[in-house]
Amino acid sequence: MTERDYCEEALLLSGVHPEKCMKCGKCSGACPSYDEMEYHPHQFVDMIAKGQIKKLMESESLYHCLSCFVCVERCPRNVMPANLVEAVRTLRERSIGNDRLKPDDVAALLDEETPGQLLMAAFRKYSK
Amino acid sequence: MQRIGVFVCHCGSNIAAAVDVKQVAETLKNEPNVVFAADYPYMCSENGQQLIRNAIKENQLTGVVVCSCSPRMHEATFRKTAEESGLNPYMVEIANIREQCSWIHKDRMTATAKAVVLGRAAIAKVRLNAPLTAGESPVVKRALVIGGGIAGIQTALDIAEAGYPVDIVEKKPTIGGKMAQLDKTFPTLDCAACILTPKMVEAAQHENITLYTYSEIEEVKGYVGNFRVKIRKKARYVHEDLCSGCGVCTQKCPSRKGGNEFNLSLDKRGAIYIPFAQAIPNVPVIDTEQCLKFKTGKCGLCQMNCAAKAIDFSQQDEIVEQEYGAIVAATGFNPISLDKFGEFGYQTYPDVVTSLEFERILNAAGPTKGHLERPSDGKPPKTLVFVQCVGSRDTSGRGKEYCSKICCMYTAKHAMLVREKYPDTEVYVFYIDVRTPGKNFDEFYRRAVEQYGVHYIKGMVGKVYDDGAGHLMVRASDLLANEQLTISADMVILAAATEPDKTARSLATMLTASMDTNDFFTEAHPKLRPVESPTAGVFLSGFCQGPKDIPETVSQAGAAAVKVIGLLSKNKLKSNPCVARSDSLVCSGCSNCEKVCPFGAITYTEAEVNDGTGKEIRRIAVVNEAVCHGCGACTVACPSGAMDLKGFSSNQIFAEVDAICR
Repeated sequence: MTERDYCEEALLLSGVHPEKCMKCGKCSGACPSYDEMEYHPHQFVDMIAKGQIKKLMESESLYHCLSCFVCVERCPRNVMPANLVEAVRTLRERSIGNDRLKPDDVAALLDEETPGQLLMAAFRKYSK
Repeated sequence: MQRIGVFVCHCGSNIAAAVDVKQVAETLKNEPNVVFAADYPYMCSENGQQLIRNAIKENQLTGVVVCSCSPRMHEATFRKTAEESGLNPYMVEIANIREQCSWIHKDRMTATAKAVVLGRAAIAKVRLNAPLTAGESPVVKRALVIGGGIAGIQTALDIAEAGYPVDIVEKKPTIGGKMAQLDKTFPTLDCAACILTPKMVEAAQHENITLYTYSEIEEVKGYVGNFRVKIRKKARYVHEDLCSGCGVCTQKCPSRKGGNEFNLSLDKRGAIYIPFAQAIPNVPVIDTEQCLKFKTGKCGLCQMNCAAKAIDFSQQDEIVEQEYGAIVAATGFNPISLDKFGEFGYQTYPDVVTSLEFERILNAAGPTKGHLERPSDGKPPKTLVFVQCVGSRDTSGRGKEYCSKICCMYTAKHAMLVREKYPDTEVYVFYIDVRTPGKNFDEFYRRAVEQYGVHYIKGMVGKVYDDGAGHLMVRASDLLANEQLTISADMVILAAATEPDKTARSLATMLTASMDTNDFFTEAHPKLRPVESPTAGVFLSGFCQGPKDIPETVSQAGAAAVKVIGLLSKNKLKSNPCVARSDSLVCSGCSNCEKVCPFGAITYTEAEVNDGTGKEIRRIAVVNEAVCHGCGACTVACPSGAMDLKGFSSNQIFAEVDAICR
C-alpha cells in the first residue's frame, strides 16, 4: 500500500472528512494529552488531508491519545479527530503484524487499581 | 386562428454553444399556427427587439414565443416589446432554453432536441393564451417600520424627510436598539450614544414620524399599497401624555430586584424604570412581575409621588389599527444563548462575560461607571482573554453556521480600549481567522496589534476552568507555535454568535415574507434586490436580513427607504392579471380554496346563479384580485375544477405537458 492508500483507508475507517476542518485548533486547545503527543489532534487531520500518514503511523503519539473524545465533542465542524487517531492506530497495528499488548506482558502491568475492563479495552485497541 | 412568431436567441455563446439555434427555429416553424420563426444573437438587444416588433407587424402575429433565458430575466422586456407593436403583453411566452437547457447539457444533440421540446410547449401554451389586462389599486401613502434600532430609525428618518408619514413600532420601552448599548464604535471610536441619540431625538421630534414604543405587531392583512395592521400598545401603566419624565417614581420604587435589561442584568433596576438616561420616550414603564402593587396590592409609592398624576395601575393594552402602503422589517439581532457551550464556563464563572456585557462594563453609563472591574469582586483585571467565534461558523448544531461578521472588529476595539486606558494589562485574543474587510477596518485591527500590543494568537480556547485556588485558567492551542497554552486570566470575554431576533419568525409569517434556515429575512435577489423581500411591499433593513455592522446597516436602511419612497410616490399600482378566477356555475362552496389560500384572497358570498335550469341562491367563492398573488394553490385544492388561474389555466398546462410528451 502507498502512503496515499493508507490515508484513504484511515478516512474510510474513521468516516472523517478532513476538508470540513476550518483549522481553528479547538481540538488541540482542549486535548488533555497535548504535551504527551508529538503530533496533536489538529495535525492528524491536517497531515492526513495532505497525504502524510507515515509519520503519524510511526509516532508514539498514537498511544498517548486517551480516546477521551473531547476533541470530537468540542469541534465546531464535526470533524472527529479522535476517530482519525483511532483509525491510524488500527492501521499501524495491522501493518506491523505484532500485537502492541502481548498476553505475557499483562502480569507486569497489573496492580490493584487497574480495572479489568481497561485491560480488555487495551487488548481490543492494541491488538491486531 | 392564432398566428404565432417564434424568436430563438443565441445569447452570444450562452445558448448557441450548446444548442443549434438555427435548427430550433427551423423545426419550430413547422408547428401548427407558427407563421414566422427566426434566430438572433441577442434577442434582448434593441436590434433583436426591433426584429420582433417588425415581425409582429409584417406577419400580423397574435402570439409570440421567445426561446431565450429564464422569464425572470427578460419576460418583462419582451412583453413590453410586444405591447409597443400593439400586441397584448400577455400573448408573449418565454421558453427557457438557457438556464434549463444550454447551461446544463453538454451534448449538442440532446440540448437541441430539448430546446425544440421546450419551444413546442411554449407554442402549445400561447395558442390558448387570451389577452389579459392588469388591474389597478391605490397606494396608502404611509409607511410602517418594525423595529426602532439604528436600522429602523434611519429608514424612518429618510422616508419622513421625503414627506411621507411613517410609524415606528418598537417592542421595547425605548427606541435605540443595540447601538444604544454600545460604548464606542469601530473603526473611528466615536461614542455610540453621541452619534445615535441625536438621531433618536430627531425621530421623536419629526412631524412625519409617529413612535409606538413598548408595542408589537398583532396582525397584518392586505397587500402591497394597502396593508392593514393592528398594533398592540402594551400598557406601560404610565400615561405618556401626562408624564414629565422627572424620574422621581423610579427613585422612590422600593422593589430593586429586577435585572436591568439595558445593562444585561449586570446591575438591578426598580420595578418602575426608564431603560437609560437618553431613552425615548423618556417615560417609565412598570414591570408587573416585579411591582409590589401588582404582586401584593400594597405599595403605590410611585403613584403617590407622581406630581403629574401620570401613573395608572388600571391601564390596559390598546389596539391601534392603521393602513400602510409599505412595511419595513428592521427587527435586528441578539447574541445567542451560550447554554450549550459549557467549556467556556459562562454559566459557572461570573468573570466570563459576553462581548455585549463587556460593552456595558466599558460604558460610562454602565454598571461600573466605565471603570474596568471584573464582576466577581470588582477588582480591575490584569489579564484579559478574548475568545472569537463562540458559536459562529459552527456546524455541530450547538451554534450558527454563518460568520457573525461584527465580532472581529468589536473584539479588536475592546482589546484596544482596554490597552489604551489600562496599559498595565495583558490582552490576548484567540482567533480562527481575523476577518476585517471594510474601509479602514484592517488598519484598525493592525493598530490593535502594532500600537497597542494586543497578543493575537491563532488558535481556539478548548476549556476555561478554575485552578482550585480561585483563578480562571484558559487552556488553548497556539497553532502557529504548535503549542498548547494555559493562561491564568482575570476575565474572559466571549464573542458570542449572533442570531436574528426571536420575534422575526412570527412577524415573517404575518407578512408572508420568506426567511432562510437561520431565520434571516430573504431578499428578493441576493445581488440586485438586496433590500426588498420577495413579498411585494415588504422591505428589509439592517441585521434582520443578515449580519451587518453599523455603517452597512445605515446604508441598507437608506436603500430600503428609497424603495419605500419609490412605492409611496405612485398613486396607483398595476396588479398582476394572472390571478385565480372561480367559475360560479361549477363552484360548490366547499371552502377548500379558502383554507389553502396563503394570502386570504378568497371569501364566500351568497350569489344568484343561473345554470340554465333556473335561478338559485348559492354559496360561491369570490377571489379578491388585488390580494391574489396567482400562486395557484386554490386551483389544485378545488375538487370541482371551478378554480382556474388566468394566464396559467389547467388547459394551458395540459397543452404544455401534451406538447412535451408528444
